[in-house]
Amino acid sequence: MRSVLFHPALSALLFLALWQGLAALLVSPALPPPLAVFGVLYEETLSGQLPFHLGITLARLLASFVLAMSLGTGLGIFLGRHDKLDRFFDQWLVIFLNVPALVTVILCYVWFGLTEVAAITAVVVNKLPNVVVTLREGARALDRDLLEMAQAYRFGRWKTLRHVIWPQLFPFLIAAARTGIALIWKIILVVELLGRGNGMGYQLHLFFQLFNVAGILAYTIAFVAVIQLIEALLLKPLDRQAKRWRR
Amino acid sequence: MSRVEINIRKKAYPARHGLGEHVAIRDLHIELEAGEFVCLVGPSGCGKTTLLNIISGLDRQFDGSIGTGEGKAAPRMGYVFQNPRLLPWRTVRENIDLALPADEDGGDIGHLLEVMDLAQWQGQYPQKLSGGMSRRVALARAFAIRPTLLLMDEPFVSLDPPTARRIRQLLVNVWRERPHTVLFVTHDLREAITLADRLVFLSGPPATVLHQVAVDIPRDHRDDEAAVEAFRQRLAAEHPEIRALL
Repeated sequence: MRSVLFHPALSALLFLALWQGLAALLVSPALPPPLAVFGVLYEETLSGQLPFHLGITLARLLASFVLAMSLGTGLGIFLGRHDKLDRFFDQWLVIFLNVPALVTVILCYVWFGLTEVAAITAVVVNKLPNVVVTLREGARALDRDLLEMAQAYRFGRWKTLRHVIWPQLFPFLIAAARTGIALIWKIILVVELLGRGNGMGYQLHLFFQLFNVAGILAYTIAFVAVIQLIEALLLKPLDRQAKRWRR
Repeated sequence: MSRVEINIRKKAYPARHGLGEHVAIRDLHIELEAGEFVCLVGPSGCGKTTLLNIISGLDRQFDGSIGTGEGKAAPRMGYVFQNPRLLPWRTVRENIDLALPADEDGGDIGHLLEVMDLAQWQGQYPQKLSGGMSRRVALARAFAIRPTLLLMDEPFVSLDPPTARRIRQLLVNVWRERPHTVLFVTHDLREAITLADRLVFLSGPPATVLHQVAVDIPRDHRDDEAAVEAFRQRLAAEHPEIRALL
């Protein structure tokens, strides 16, 4: 039985109360109280500003996510199945994994100009090595016994892919997707801040210059809420689905 | 039914460390008549599983040839591995259905599951099953495709004796009802005598044929343990070279 004392709603309430208390104590524009922030959130939503910038950022997120996932999955599986090439390119992966996100972003803007393509490329390059490494592990872990069984029973390419390989790769794919969303949405704001004329990052930059903390917090809340929704409504159910057969 | 000619000059693996190689099979020739039930008896580690993998086409890295007597058409092959090899993310029933060729609906699988005591488990995932039950599912999968050639790699190991006896009987019944060629690997000579038309004794490694003998006990008397034991005694007396395997 779950104790009433540790109910998640209570935890959220406690957080809001602490915030309110601290804001009341400080009485500073640096920390507006929750109600003021939600007021801004409401106004910005009504004016259409917030949905516009949020929509643009989500579109960029989707584009770079799809690109990074599909490229990374293909590359990862390929490397996982080819030992020699994997050893040869391992150094590259380590380098790309360790290049700071900011460096990639700056270089992309320098090389490709302040364009949409440069922005998306920067995000994809940041996320790609992560996906490759995760999926490479998945491809390496493929069960040889089951592949032999599929071959002996003449499953054919499609049936083997769908019933033998896919279920084994799926958990790795979900892991890459979940860490991917978390990573990409943090990078994408930096990308927008440095070189785009719209989107969440651009707006936050604007608020920063105006010292509008309520605006910053309002946008942050909206963004976190959307990401949480994606996680709860899409990724978590998919994850559960993938683990259904486990004891 | 498939006639199978096995002709392996050499099968070797590279040695684990440094140069050289480990020869698993050398100069091995066996012919399986269509519809024949042959048991391969040999010490463990002599290359029996390697041999089955070559016959099944899983392993093509060898010097020699495998001929099947059905012209160009490959035999429809069932393979019961040493471990069950079920897909853990598919139910018992799905595991069996997946092995069927696309154009078959598996009409009598329900009956097969009844006979094998699996009917009430067909919606379960394999991780819920005991080891013995998983083995039975693997057997049902092999039977379900109505193979013309059935390869079995010590399929009854780790089953409790009554279950093993029952499934052995089931195997013979299925085989008599729908004749197909069976190659059955075991190190249990009594099991081999109970089941086979012919015994092939292997030495090894490298595996090669030591001796072959037809089992002349009538099929109806195979469950008579005294007859099986007498046959074993006679083998030991007449063929001292295979005594180590008896």
